[in-house]
Amino acid sequence: MAKLPVDDLAITHAFGPHLSPRTRGSTSDAPDKLVKTHCCFCGQQCGIQLKVKDNEVIGFEPWDEFPFNRGMLCPKGVKRYLQGSHPDRLVTALRRDPQAPSGFSPIAYEAAIAQVAREIERLQQQHGNAAIAVLSGASLTTEKTYLMGKFARVCLNTPYIDYNGRLCMVSAGAANKKAFGIDRTTSPWSDMVGTEVVWVAGSNVAECSPITTNYIWQAREMGARVIVQDPRITPLARTCDLYLPVRPGRDAALFACVLGLMIEHGWIDREFIAAHTVGFEAVAEYCKTWPVARAAELTGVPARSIESAAELWGTARTSFLLHARGIEHHSDGVSNCLGTINLVLASGRIGRPKSGYGTITGQANGQGGREHGQKCDQLPGMRDIANPAHRAHIAGVWKIDEKDLPGAGVDAYELFRKIDAGEIKGLLSLCFNPMVSLPDNQFVSRALDKLELYVAIDFFLNDTARHADIVLPGSLQEEDEGTVTQVEGRVIKINKAVDCPGEARQDWRIIQDLARALGRTHGMTFASPREIWDELRVASAGGIADYSGITYEKIERQMGVFWPCPSDDHAGTPRLFEPGSHNPIANGAGPFYFPDGKARFHVAEYRPAVDDASDDYPIFLTTGRVVSQFLSGTQTRRIGPLVAHYPEPRLELHPKLASKLGIADGDWATCETRRGTITVRAMVVTTIRPDTVFIPYHWAGAKSVNQVTVAAQDPISKIPQFKVCGCRVRKADAEPAYAREREAQQ
Amino acid sequence: MPKPEQLEFFVDPSRCIACRACVEACTECDTHRGESMIHLEYIDRGHSTQTVPVICMHCEQPTCAEVCPADAIKRTGDGVVQSARKPRCIACGNCVAACPFGVPELYIDRAIMMKCDMCYDRTSVGKKPMCATVCPSQALFFGTRDQAIALRPRSAPANTFRFGEQTITTRVNVMVPRGARPSHVDVTAAMRDEPHARGLRLPVIDTVDPFAEVEV
Repeated sequence: MAKLPVDDLAITHAFGPHLSPRTRGSTSDAPDKLVKTHCCFCGQQCGIQLKVKDNEVIGFEPWDEFPFNRGMLCPKGVKRYLQGSHPDRLVTALRRDPQAPSGFSPIAYEAAIAQVAREIERLQQQHGNAAIAVLSGASLTTEKTYLMGKFARVCLNTPYIDYNGRLCMVSAGAANKKAFGIDRTTSPWSDMVGTEVVWVAGSNVAECSPITTNYIWQAREMGARVIVQDPRITPLARTCDLYLPVRPGRDAALFACVLGLMIEHGWIDREFIAAHTVGFEAVAEYCKTWPVARAAELTGVPARSIESAAELWGTARTSFLLHARGIEHHSDGVSNCLGTINLVLASGRIGRPKSGYGTITGQANGQGGREHGQKCDQLPGMRDIANPAHRAHIAGVWKIDEKDLPGAGVDAYELFRKIDAGEIKGLLSLCFNPMVSLPDNQFVSRALDKLELYVAIDFFLNDTARHADIVLPGSLQEEDEGTVTQVEGRVIKINKAVDCPGEARQDWRIIQDLARALGRTHGMTFASPREIWDELRVASAGGIADYSGITYEKIERQMGVFWPCPSDDHAGTPRLFEPGSHNPIANGAGPFYFPDGKARFHVAEYRPAVDDASDDYPIFLTTGRVVSQFLSGTQTRRIGPLVAHYPEPRLELHPKLASKLGIADGDWATCETRRGTITVRAMVVTTIRPDTVFIPYHWAGAKSVNQVTVAAQDPISKIPQFKVCGCRVRKADAEPAYAREREAQQ
Repeated sequence: MPKPEQLEFFVDPSRCIACRACVEACTECDTHRGESMIHLEYIDRGHSTQTVPVICMHCEQPTCAEVCPADAIKRTGDGVVQSARKPRCIACGNCVAACPFGVPELYIDRAIMMKCDMCYDRTSVGKKPMCATVCPSQALFFGTRDQAIALRPRSAPANTFRFGEQTITTRVNVMVPRGARPSHVDVTAAMRDEPHARGLRLPVIDTVDPFAEVEV
């Protein structure tokens, strides 16, 4: 039974999201201690000091010495401390109870664990081990992500584990592996300052990774030209040197055209291509199919701007290319990423100072969370679950028979299709809120209804956990220690500031308590995150993501260690692909992580989006984030000052489109796709393409734009196509019910 | 670490990304708990994402202090114009009306004017103000003049402003495009509808509508 126990509004009244007080404590109160740690939100992982008094985080103090952000923070980092001691915090386990007004009743922690274990046992006996699935997340520490992978495969013995990095990093990850043999940003961000060109493709840097702004603008101060490719004039695009106003879903064609122009003008590094790459000829042939006029027509970028981009990029001596979800959230997301990589490889500007390439990770541990085995096809150390040698290594570390190690599972969305089809009967989720974050979430809701058992671990009752039979109270980031790997590939240390309140437990303890209640404690008896870390180091040894030489002490001493770091005396690898840098695959044959040491060009083909704008649904709908909210808003929709900044989703549209539709700024507007409708207030701005509308996705229920997005996925990475689908927009007939019933953040 | 008096404030609105980290950080200060002393406004969100962060400019001859009938606004020896002193302030609002930069605000419920005092508790002991510490785009920069000049070769600090007949010299600098004549710079020049980032004409956005040819 994973149906909502009572009306959603009643659950909201009891569990929020309610707002935290605006500020807490007093800065003049001497804190008991200052804890050097990192922000709990995005992949930048800014260093921050938390002020702690009486086991409560009462504020922050900048950490000026941490090299990545040197004290800088975005508003989420400034106010992140308000998530602690929050009135909505779950401090007991809960069981679904339709008789209770709130839909849930408290239950003793051990009783909850015992009930979950009984149900898992029952379902696995009746339907097989694979009837249970696990969904995990990339905001967890690397220790927890490692444990989740091991828990699913060893303790539950199910192939079905996947994670919310599926919505975030996988297109870039797949492309990186195909082209370089390794999935990591090539260079530290400090390499940006002093470069000649920075190309930002599909990334609203100022709002989604604010600290990176200063690196880009410092590069500009030192003479860099900045190219921004985006359907919206984002705060970064406002002052860029070349703005490419690309129509949603056409990025691959733009990259192919630019590379074609570079080849035509001889703006490529033929020596590098010959010495260090394979596959260039086929790519060059494909680029010929994208003459400028055709590319301009399709992409909506003027021909002269495409030509300028080719010249700026082609003739530079140093360059840095960054991309993010804007080009990755597509059913040709891997193609788009490969398109950018082709531009980088053809330029030869990689593996040396002042030149780099990278995807901007979204979640706190977007990088580390995709390396150590919570992904459906992956084992620790960035190993492949289908590779016999990789399986044998991990089976050895886990002290199990290789034959007992399940094979590849399926991606997070396919997992819901299997729930819908009745193949998966039970689900355990941690750090994942698919009712807000997955596309076409009405389908997700119907699938949840079919589960016989749904167990959610969380610190607040998120929008998906409302469907749970049992909710186990987990830990906030500041209540545990461990490592994460931030955007540059730098492994850093999260330090514990306070204890969990009430019956809440650190997530790794909860997972192991379940293993104990199941009587399956093999390999699930770690006494601390450090013990998990030490096993992870062994498991990762010899893999591509080799963490074996990284200790907590080395991280503290060096303020982070860039992986790969294969031994105790190794300082880490800030820049990949440099001569002589650690590379266990090429072993000196060349810079890249293939046996011949050569990078791979891949034909990065443009494919039309699924459910593209059409005669019936003529406007492009694209989605994204705002600076004051984070992902599904489980935390940030509970922090008062952040909610005040941008309380509710709004639909951005250009005045040209607005006037054609008779919509004025502030009007209620209805956006309709083939999945349904959403009604939000309009925001009329000249900073968006007139054929495109934008709605941010952080909200739930009737305010969730993912009610109407399309569940199409990239065939390789399985990332959903969040960034484009066809829609109609009209002035709303009436204000939506939520405007009267709910607070802004609910 | 340089001596406190060598550190100066440099504001570059062209770098501002509207994130409000400065505003949120300012509300953490104990002397004005929950209230931000920074004003951060969109110039015209309908047409641009340009925002301008306004902190107190800390004038050499503060107009706010000059018009204060209660002598409640003091300038410290190191040039920081402080918030109104509680025992003296009569909440008349003269300073609010007179300040050419629009900085002071009247808090009727507390019957007092409050404004930015450049985090005097921090800056007086050699720390950076909270807003300039956290600012992720470094639109608010606090450091030595040498640092500012080395880090910002495309603009120059200006601290003299004309408002009608009044010429004001401030402790806080505004980064203005190289080539502009600082003595004629009005801070509101950075507040035009069409922002002049770095003082360069930006052909793609400033002069040409990038969406001009898009049909709807």
